[in-house]
Amino acid sequence: MEISLSAIGFAHLLAAGLFVLGLRFLSSPTTARRGNMLAAIAMLIAIVATFLDRQIVDFTSILLAIAIGTIIGAFSARLVKMTSMPQMVAIFNGFGGGASALVALAEFQRLSVQAQLPLPVTVTTLLSVLIGAVTFSGSMVAFGKLQGLMHGAPITSRLQKWLNIFLLLVVLVLMFLIIGSAPSHALFVILTVVALIFGVALVIPVGGADMPVVISLLNSFSGLAACATGFVVGNNILMFAGALVGAAGLILTQIMCKAMNRSLARIFIPRQAIQAEKALHDASGGVSESSAAKSDNKPQIDPLAAAVQTLSAAKSVIFVPGYGMALAQAQFKVVELANLLEKKGATVNFAVHPIAGRMPGHMHVLLAEAEVDYDKLREMDSINPEFKNTDAVIVVGACDVINPSATEVENTPISGMPILAARDAKSIIVCNYDDKPGYSGVENPIYQDAKTICLWGDAKDTISQLITSFSG
Amino acid sequence: MTNVLVLFGAVIFPFVVGYILISRVPQLLHTPLMSGANAISGITIIGAMLIAGREGGNFGYLLGMIAVVFATINVVGGFLVTDRMLQMFKKKGNKNPQE
Repeated sequence: MEISLSAIGFAHLLAAGLFVLGLRFLSSPTTARRGNMLAAIAMLIAIVATFLDRQIVDFTSILLAIAIGTIIGAFSARLVKMTSMPQMVAIFNGFGGGASALVALAEFQRLSVQAQLPLPVTVTTLLSVLIGAVTFSGSMVAFGKLQGLMHGAPITSRLQKWLNIFLLLVVLVLMFLIIGSAPSHALFVILTVVALIFGVALVIPVGGADMPVVISLLNSFSGLAACATGFVVGNNILMFAGALVGAAGLILTQIMCKAMNRSLARIFIPRQAIQAEKALHDASGGVSESSAAKSDNKPQIDPLAAAVQTLSAAKSVIFVPGYGMALAQAQFKVVELANLLEKKGATVNFAVHPIAGRMPGHMHVLLAEAEVDYDKLREMDSINPEFKNTDAVIVVGACDVINPSATEVENTPISGMPILAARDAKSIIVCNYDDKPGYSGVENPIYQDAKTICLWGDAKDTISQLITSFSG
Repeated sequence: MTNVLVLFGAVIFPFVVGYILISRVPQLLHTPLMSGANAISGITIIGAMLIAGREGGNFGYLLGMIAVVFATINVVGGFLVTDRMLQMFKKKGNKNPQE
């Protein structure tokens, strides 16, 4: 028994080291794939080592459960479209959180025969159930919203804020009750239910553009839940890996928040929509009502012809992709156009805003799928100075991330958010679905600019038209 | 004393390491990183196995089994999907010369 115990200890140490190394490798493009592989190997080692545990007497049912999970996981991972990646990550994450909560509940059920549990056991169990359940239901709502099963826009009401505060209070009271009393199944069941409701209430009011933050926060939660579960079952590697993921998720959340100049609180308790609308009206001074009025300000030429003309003369082009590109599945067409422009001798880059899309790094994944060289995917800070020397910017399904109001107007939902300096370019071609404001609801003055050519419509179609005019 | 050591080695240390490692990751890798980290959080499978593998087919055992299925989906799906994404990230050098 001594031997097998130390073998487990050694395996855990090895797994811990590999997890750290894996994460380290994951943070550089050239080694990332190896890093993921190492982390997977670490997981395998940890799992195999667990089979050596003398607690385990029933192997067949575990193997069966693993087989079922593997089939489901592998199939969904193979079949998912790249554009659906945010919801896939969300739902996987939810399962992880759910598993942690279930483990803690099961352990509690076993221990509850004792008259009194040690305080640390009670606290970690209840944390594990709480965080795990919030992660589970929150991730499911995020999945529903991203998958379009649920209304994606923020569902808010004046009551929302108070409901969340009320739920938080209920959770706190329950925690005190559980800590202060003898083990009670009823209290734990109530806690689980309240935590599940809390997860839903937390994510329901969050709108699509804030999803990157939510996904990354939920990711952090699932790590913290696993860490707490590690305490519950007394397993070091579980605590270790859980804490690692918890920290990684937190820092990523922080990066996201900084990129959109928002606090976490503002994301979960969005400002009243009325306020945003008012700021926007003050900002635009009531301009831009109908597209007819707009065309008066501009020379009456075919926008497509104008765009083609601009692009044929352009020596440097920057693409600005946004969530609209993902919606229209236009990434392949975009890259086709980029290659065409390159062949004509123009330098082409892609400027990606940190929060473009529905999860951190969403645009990078889509463009990589369309085989863009990742050196061409430029971050905001590095490419912003280059806009002013750029002949043409092609905006594909992006609005808020290039909206100058963010820096010029106060009190809009996006005020203070760093933006891509697309307006500095010599000409701008906008391939957006329509002239409606982006998710923030703030009108984009770029659309009115004399150097802007707007090709409204499905980005896949408009870009295809550009390609045809070019090659034809 | 051992408790303090465990707390440090198994919680605070990885927390700090995780924080430092991720701080300077390029945007390019945010999604795969998140999804890879997400797969690692499926480590809870170990807790689930410990619960599910215990003697006696009671309610806790059932919860453990469901937890194993859930966590396995998280682990297997998470690592595979991350690999699929990373496979796509290419530099010019590795690109097959189609054009």
